[in-house]
Amino acid sequence: MTDQTPHRQTEANVVLRQIGKPLERSDAEGKATGRTRYAGDYTMPSMLHGRVLRSELASARLKHLDASAARNLPGVLCVLTADELPDRLAATDIPGQTGQKRASTDRQILVREFIRHHGEPLALIAAETPAIAEKAHDLIEYEIEPLPGVYDIDSALGPDAPIVTEPDNIVGQHKIRKGNVDKGFAEADHIIENTFKTQFIEHAFLEPEVGLAWVDENGVINIRMSTQVIEHFRFIADALGVPHNKVRILGAMVGGGFGGKEDITVELYLALLAQATRRPVRLAYTREDSFLGHGKRHPFVISHKTGVTKQGKITALEVNIRADSGAYVFLSPYVLLYSAVAAPGPYRIDNVKIDSAAIATNNMYTSAFRGFGAAQACVAYEAQMDEIAKAIGIDRFELRRRNFMRTGDKTATGQTVESAIWSDECMTRALEALGEETKAEEPVKIGRGVATYQQSYGRITWLHDTAEAWVGIEIDGTVIVRSGVTDIGGGQVSALSQIAAESLGVGLEDVIIYHSDSAVTPLAGTTTATRALYMTGNAVHKASSILRGRMIDFAANELDVQPDEVDLANGQAFVVDDPSNFISLTDLAARGASEGLQRSELAMFRAPFTDPIDKETGQGPVFPDFTYGCHAVEVSVDTETGEVTVLKSVGAHDIGQAINPQAVEGQIEGGALMGQGYALSEELIYQEGKLVSPSFSEYLIPTSMDMPEIKTIILESRSGLGPFGAKGIGEPSFTPVAPAIANAVADAIGTRVFELPITPEKVVKVLSQSQTNGDLEQKLNKTPLLED
Amino acid sequence: MSLEKAIPVKINGVPHELLARANETLLDCLRQHGQFEVKNGCEKGDCGACAVQIEGEAVDSCLTLTWTVEGRSITTLEGLNDTNKPHPLIAAFMEQGAVQCGYCTPGIIVAAEEMLRETLNPTDDDIALALSGNLCRCTGYTKIFAAIRQAATVLREGGGND
Repeated sequence: MTDQTPHRQTEANVVLRQIGKPLERSDAEGKATGRTRYAGDYTMPSMLHGRVLRSELASARLKHLDASAARNLPGVLCVLTADELPDRLAATDIPGQTGQKRASTDRQILVREFIRHHGEPLALIAAETPAIAEKAHDLIEYEIEPLPGVYDIDSALGPDAPIVTEPDNIVGQHKIRKGNVDKGFAEADHIIENTFKTQFIEHAFLEPEVGLAWVDENGVINIRMSTQVIEHFRFIADALGVPHNKVRILGAMVGGGFGGKEDITVELYLALLAQATRRPVRLAYTREDSFLGHGKRHPFVISHKTGVTKQGKITALEVNIRADSGAYVFLSPYVLLYSAVAAPGPYRIDNVKIDSAAIATNNMYTSAFRGFGAAQACVAYEAQMDEIAKAIGIDRFELRRRNFMRTGDKTATGQTVESAIWSDECMTRALEALGEETKAEEPVKIGRGVATYQQSYGRITWLHDTAEAWVGIEIDGTVIVRSGVTDIGGGQVSALSQIAAESLGVGLEDVIIYHSDSAVTPLAGTTTATRALYMTGNAVHKASSILRGRMIDFAANELDVQPDEVDLANGQAFVVDDPSNFISLTDLAARGASEGLQRSELAMFRAPFTDPIDKETGQGPVFPDFTYGCHAVEVSVDTETGEVTVLKSVGAHDIGQAINPQAVEGQIEGGALMGQGYALSEELIYQEGKLVSPSFSEYLIPTSMDMPEIKTIILESRSGLGPFGAKGIGEPSFTPVAPAIANAVADAIGTRVFELPITPEKVVKVLSQSQTNGDLEQKLNKTPLLED
Repeated sequence: MSLEKAIPVKINGVPHELLARANETLLDCLRQHGQFEVKNGCEKGDCGACAVQIEGEAVDSCLTLTWTVEGRSITTLEGLNDTNKPHPLIAAFMEQGAVQCGYCTPGIIVAAEEMLRETLNPTDDDIALALSGNLCRCTGYTKIFAAIRQAATVLREGGGND
């Protein structure tokens, strides 16, 4: 592997030929014709079918389990329980790439004695047909004894609370200290305090978790599956007790992820069943399995206390954040770190005190979900901005302008943001795009709201993130890229084609990408944390730039000119001042091959590496960089029924440089509707830890009938750390949507629902309360008059 | 377990026999037959990923028992695209960027194609209604609507395969 800076610093082209164009994505045709094979579409001869038996209670003791009837059923190859497994655990930490010791957050693979959440797996089955597996599932006899559980974070911190996670149910805590909040509050003219709550929600990707595993002639366990993270192969190997090179994970185009396919899902069960039966095994989750089988978005309780001057300058901010981490740790400590760093929003505040904690309960475990704690933080800080504006009688947009961080400012953890901060311009553009206000008649009221944000892209910098990519030119001049990246629908793979095509002067159709195979494609890290384009894009850009330099040197020799006179475009190397003097890439590659020119390159891109921040003050760099932007909405609220309708939804984001503007629009539009579901309709209901809404008829994601007019505005500061100055948009497109809607509803009805989702019931309730209060106020105001 | 029966059907114009037990769904049988473009999303009729047309009418194949479609004509996404020229809907989905993860796409195109046979001047309300049984979690539906409007225009102007 070459590890060097690009040979030649001449950027691909003065005029970009591929980047920034709304090109048809390389994966579009396969998907639109139905020819793309997803992980669930692969079969093998003599393939078995897997099934998982799950606990029906959330907190219980498994007294006994008898699988003999199931095992005796003809066509059942194996039933695995904890008794058949070695005494090992499964990692729930994020996959490390650097040999760092992982956090001690492991979970049991199958229940040995104590059941900690509804749906926790008790047994695994492999059978000749899905129907036999289902029958075997029903034949397993077991007895569970209910145990006292803990189902809310306040109870979990109580003196006699059952302990879900040792020693005290607190699984992650973070502090940020900046300036002196006492001094800041003393300088304030007003102090505004509010508490905001968010709910459990579900990723609801359309493709349930699925995979196919087989053991090959070398004893390697191969797993073809739907995942955001092929690099869990190491955790699978550790859980099985085999060397890392004996587990291979192959991806496929993923039918949606959003963070829900970031942790281990089916791969461990597949590996165990394939190892036990020595036959290929397919395991496809039902939708109910999917609801029960992966972590959810953390519900948060966030309290803000803000000091502000009469002029609207924020002088101090104190934030307390608590989140339900459920029965296992998973990514909760990281999610809570994100929320703490995000808590002040995109605002410059000199005196800050933030505390965040994740608390264990017997609810379903919570983990990664688009926005990753920073989204919940935004729900609170943007609602608080509107509440401050209302309390002190200042325009809410002007209040934001007076406090926005500006380019060159530092975050609350003291990290200087190196890229552009265009919050103000994004807000102005988003508001403009709302256009004329929609007219409505009683009892319907119209309201408008915005939310701005600061959302990181790239992983936490002390995780030392890296990505590798291989780029090669075939003898006929076509290009091959190998990257471990997984494509979860955002166009991650297609963007790499565009980058390689730009650097090497070919068309998108001349590039083929092999992706997401832990044994064959260079490891690129995870498709999470809005890092795929930033990290893998930079790796491909680096490899193809090195290759470009080498091809240009070779071409210059062939054309008898100096290398800096040569450019690559349209499948040719040509002299810039005399384009008639050229050589086709095909001829160049063939001649290079016969001369022994290396026509491939493996490159590694490294994000900035830092040490962890100070534990007591939270001071230090946390992320590579941040995206800034604004979402603005207009809603109508029927004040009789409480029904909220989103009429207009506008996302304006500075994404640095759009690699493919059409794909960027797609992210913003998708984020707009997902955020709308978060704001208005989506909620997983747990009763004593038991999920009572495990289907799409009970858990309501937005449909085509709920789609508002969505507008997207792409600003390009070209200041990001990604290829060609790109920032990230996957998570940022979602983060500000729900708070913008909440603010619009509050604007419409003059009072606020402090707890998501904003259902008709809650709207009617706060309206009747404010009516009562209003009547009371009126009475009190009138009383002196009557006495006169 | 009940016995398997051979159910004669036409799949995308070609006669086949689907082997099915009484309780087997058309979704499972079509996928066993190799029609992997028919997707399994929920098996409850909530998401529309498994939509196919039976005699031209879009239905959820997960809610359809195979024994009930004896002698019928079944069209999947593959059947809408059986010539060298892509169906205007498929071309429009590609051009408009209406495809992200792509898992909902086959069912949505199948539902949209039925609507476009009813009207080539669909309003947004027509489109919303036609797709109301199909969930998409990636796109926010915006580019899907744009693609369907584009396909309607192409078909109105006499484009397409026929």
